[in-house]
Amino acid sequence: MSTFLNRNPYRRAHRTSFFAGFDPILTAAVGALLVIGTLLVYAATRDWYSANGLDPEYYLKRHVINIVIGIVLAWGTTIIDYRLLRAYTPFIWGLGVFGLILVLIPGVGSEINGAQAWIGLPFGFQVQPAEIAKISIIIGISMLLSERTHNSDEPSNQDVLKALGVAALPILLILLQPDMGTVFIISASVVTIIAVSGAPTRWVVGLLLVAVIGGFVATKTGVVTEYQLKRLQSFVDPNADTQGAGYQLRQARITVGSGGLLGTGLFDGPQTSGRFVPEQQTDFIFTVAGEQLGFIGSGFIIFLLFIVLMRGFAIARRSTDPYGTLVSTGVVAWFAFQIFENIGMTLGLMPMTGVPLPFLSYGGSSMFANLIGFGLLQNVHASHRG
Amino acid sequence: MNQRSRLSLLVTQIFFASLMLALFGRLFYLQIAAGPIYRDAALSIQSRDVVTPANRGFIVDSSGVPLALNKVGLAITVDRTKIDKLPDKGEAVIRDLVGLLGLNYADVWQRTRLCGELPKGQKAGCWTGSRFQPIPITKEADPQLALRIVERSDRYPGVTASPVAIRSYPENLGLSGGHVLGYVGPLTEEDLSGANGRTYFRSESIGKAGLESMYDSYLRGVPGIKTFIVDRKEAVTTTRKNTEPIAGSHLVTSLDMRLQAASEKALADAVKRARGLGFPADGGAAIVMDVRNGQVLALASHPTFDPNAFERGLSVEQANNLFSEKAGVPALNRALQGLYAPASTFKAVSLVAAADAGYDLKKNYACPAEVQVGNRAFKNFESRAQGTISIKKAIAISCDTIWYQIAYDEWVRDGGLRPKSNANDYFYNAAKRFQIGVKTGIDLPSESSGRLADRQWRKDWYSQNKDFYCNYKERTKKSAQTPFLLELARENCLNGDKIRAGDAVNFSIGQGDTVITPIKLAQMYAAIANGGTIWKPTIAKAVVKSDGTVVKKFQSENLGDIGVDPVTLKLLQESLHEVTLTGTSAGVFNGFPVQTSGKTGTAQVFGRNLNGSLKADTSWYAAYAPTQSPRYAVVMMVSQGGYGASTSGIGVKNIFEALFGVQGRTAKPELALFPEGKPPTKLPRISPATKAKPSILNPGKAVSASPTPKAVAKR
Repeated sequence: MSTFLNRNPYRRAHRTSFFAGFDPILTAAVGALLVIGTLLVYAATRDWYSANGLDPEYYLKRHVINIVIGIVLAWGTTIIDYRLLRAYTPFIWGLGVFGLILVLIPGVGSEINGAQAWIGLPFGFQVQPAEIAKISIIIGISMLLSERTHNSDEPSNQDVLKALGVAALPILLILLQPDMGTVFIISASVVTIIAVSGAPTRWVVGLLLVAVIGGFVATKTGVVTEYQLKRLQSFVDPNADTQGAGYQLRQARITVGSGGLLGTGLFDGPQTSGRFVPEQQTDFIFTVAGEQLGFIGSGFIIFLLFIVLMRGFAIARRSTDPYGTLVSTGVVAWFAFQIFENIGMTLGLMPMTGVPLPFLSYGGSSMFANLIGFGLLQNVHASHRG
Repeated sequence: MNQRSRLSLLVTQIFFASLMLALFGRLFYLQIAAGPIYRDAALSIQSRDVVTPANRGFIVDSSGVPLALNKVGLAITVDRTKIDKLPDKGEAVIRDLVGLLGLNYADVWQRTRLCGELPKGQKAGCWTGSRFQPIPITKEADPQLALRIVERSDRYPGVTASPVAIRSYPENLGLSGGHVLGYVGPLTEEDLSGANGRTYFRSESIGKAGLESMYDSYLRGVPGIKTFIVDRKEAVTTTRKNTEPIAGSHLVTSLDMRLQAASEKALADAVKRARGLGFPADGGAAIVMDVRNGQVLALASHPTFDPNAFERGLSVEQANNLFSEKAGVPALNRALQGLYAPASTFKAVSLVAAADAGYDLKKNYACPAEVQVGNRAFKNFESRAQGTISIKKAIAISCDTIWYQIAYDEWVRDGGLRPKSNANDYFYNAAKRFQIGVKTGIDLPSESSGRLADRQWRKDWYSQNKDFYCNYKERTKKSAQTPFLLELARENCLNGDKIRAGDAVNFSIGQGDTVITPIKLAQMYAAIANGGTIWKPTIAKAVVKSDGTVVKKFQSENLGDIGVDPVTLKLLQESLHEVTLTGTSAGVFNGFPVQTSGKTGTAQVFGRNLNGSLKADTSWYAAYAPTQSPRYAVVMMVSQGGYGASTSGIGVKNIFEALFGVQGRTAKPELALFPEGKPPTKLPRISPATKAKPSILNPGKAVSASPTPKAVAKR
């Protein structure tokens, strides 16, 4: 359908306008998610904050500001010439790595939920360098793998090694925080990009094996902290730790399950207003949708996210140059794994990690990153259509 | 894009689509398939029920006098979930508290322990409820002290005071009523688990014994429930449900408060009298029953207990005593749980059996001092020969040997140790018609059925005990191997499965292995009095709502007929009357202004008391009155109370005195409990203020108000 629309002569006539190049379906889906997310963040925080004598719109206001900033960033990312982007990429990557080093310095980075992942800024704002790193890795390795320095259709081993090197440093730094959720998402996205780049299959198989063995060794040798093990165990046996991670996962599942078909109605969820689920405006935002909007509403959210992913694939497929394909594949993989990790955790399919739900969760860094990712998709859509 | 990239992209797309599908499927499972389970789970997380117990219905006697009602008390409660968190588990707080309230520390400590926490054998006085409900340590606190506790919540953490309804059993005229009324208490975990098919709320009280337990579902009412929705900090956010409590219904019984008090007193006096004569008199029971419908007018058991003690809070000693043998096991309701050999009261059955067997009851029979049965001589009571006497006389003076002879002859006729297949078994069959060995079905919990030691019972007994008697020497200590016991064991091993001559002979005078409950004997004598109908004894007459509407009326239940021909029954009735005129209870009833009929019983008991002394005889007296148109059957039993007449006979007379308003040798109709000669049939108006009408226990103004006493005295 988009193909049809984009070939519409009237649409083409507007190409030079402000919104030129925006994929309308992708834009509509993301827009709808942002609106729903705003309502959910408000619903998650309003009652508890007013009941405890705080500003009930505290999170709402900040969330809207984050979205506005994010949209500006997305717009900027969309219209920027990707060659310019390429020039900036090493700088962004460097900034991300710098941030990831900074965050590990005691006193600079702050620890939340067992991971030292945030840098505090004035006015109570915080940045998460890992989110910047995500984007720089995706753009960086997409460039490395799409540039042909030799006369071949596929990246050489050397290209793949270079790409892995670019990805490895930030991943290692994030591993030190440790934020296993983000490590998982970035690693899986890197493997996906390498797979789609046309690199030899042995690379893909090899990387998957490394991931499996690495994970096994990590749990055995104690690289993974006790806190993470506990989260992992509570995923396997939710009754193992009734007050800690297991408690949170159980509460999350009960909250979603209690919504039933139609839910309790927006702003009217006793589980949510009772604040039985922690981190409800960020990592567990989907529980609010589950309880208050029911299967109809939360199913619709999954559907919207599905649309975003599928539009991303369409953009990747139609891109005329390998860079466009890889960068959109990377963004889609990032979104997909993060969505699956987050909702999967909420529904008890995945172990508990602290990753937000794209476009819905409260949180500046992730909102900016998500919307930049969205901008990258639009950029590819606008610049590289065949 | 090369072909491999394209393929990889497609595979990735399919993979991601399936991830999303997995999320969607999982969402469907959680919200639709398992939705109801999670909804319940969510509700139990968010909601807190606050239960307001309903006002418990009253229990009133047949004229509306309250036997159990409610009063308002001030409870001091301890929250275990809070004091357990203190470093010393609340010991200091409780010590402080008992000091203030003037209670015993050990009792209160015990009272706040869950029964499950304590080792076996040390549970007396423990809390049968759960940890999550506030445990009352007293329900009758002084408001001043309660206020001091509430004001100093820092000093008394987890301790609160709140007004509560206390079940109160008025102690008018010295009444206890514990055995028949029962008492109330907190729910046990077993109750809560729904084991008895009912559902309760944790903070409710339920009937634990007697009528309180039997009719709990009517009396308890429906508690009011407020469901609060709370947040993670337990702060209340909304109220979801709010139902008002529905008061329990009142139970109208056939009991008469004055008669109950009189019966308890008569029984206690009988026990005292027996003890004065040197008998242990470790327990007893008294029952008054309406012979025309089986309604129980009074039911007493001794030793008794104060049902109010449970609400006040039992001390460890009190709780232990309830079941201690030394204290006479007051918890046991001997009227329906005590099993005793009926002794001579059982001769009513033997008379019927003799008539069935074709003996001419108009003839005279020899009453020798003893009858030789096999190689053993069965002696008359006090070994006296009475010459040749009529059956009427034989009952009156309680001759045993006449019945020995008849029972022995019939046993021989039925084949002796080689019983015929079509044995007549007149004695057993007569006993069966009186429903010996079957529960009366009285509407009180835990009735015992008694035992009819007939041929079948013998066989069952033998198969269980054969091994013991046939290996007696190996199974017992030296001290138990006296020549008599060894011979007994040998006989039991040899032919313990058969009714032996001795068994048959003993059966005819109510000795041996046949045992009955006092309520059963009352039911039997009521049947003799009313012409043969066996009524199910009942206490409940009706359930009446607090607004006066009748919820349920309980009907009398006819359980059958003793099947005795009118001539025999008339002879039996005359014989029982003769007992009071010239027989064993003539001395007791000499000059009694109301004609009564009755039968004494003095049952030998085998075994020893805790202190090693031989057990004394069971004293029985079963009676009915007035003889001409019987209305009331009265039975008294005093365990180890000695002779039938002197202990229980006088006790029964005392009960008759209260019933008919007899003072000295005159009956004063204005002091009779039922002036028209019958208990009230109309349901009374129920009010907590209803007072008992005059009787000999509370003569009050009645004497001067009525001109009749003189007229009676003149007669």
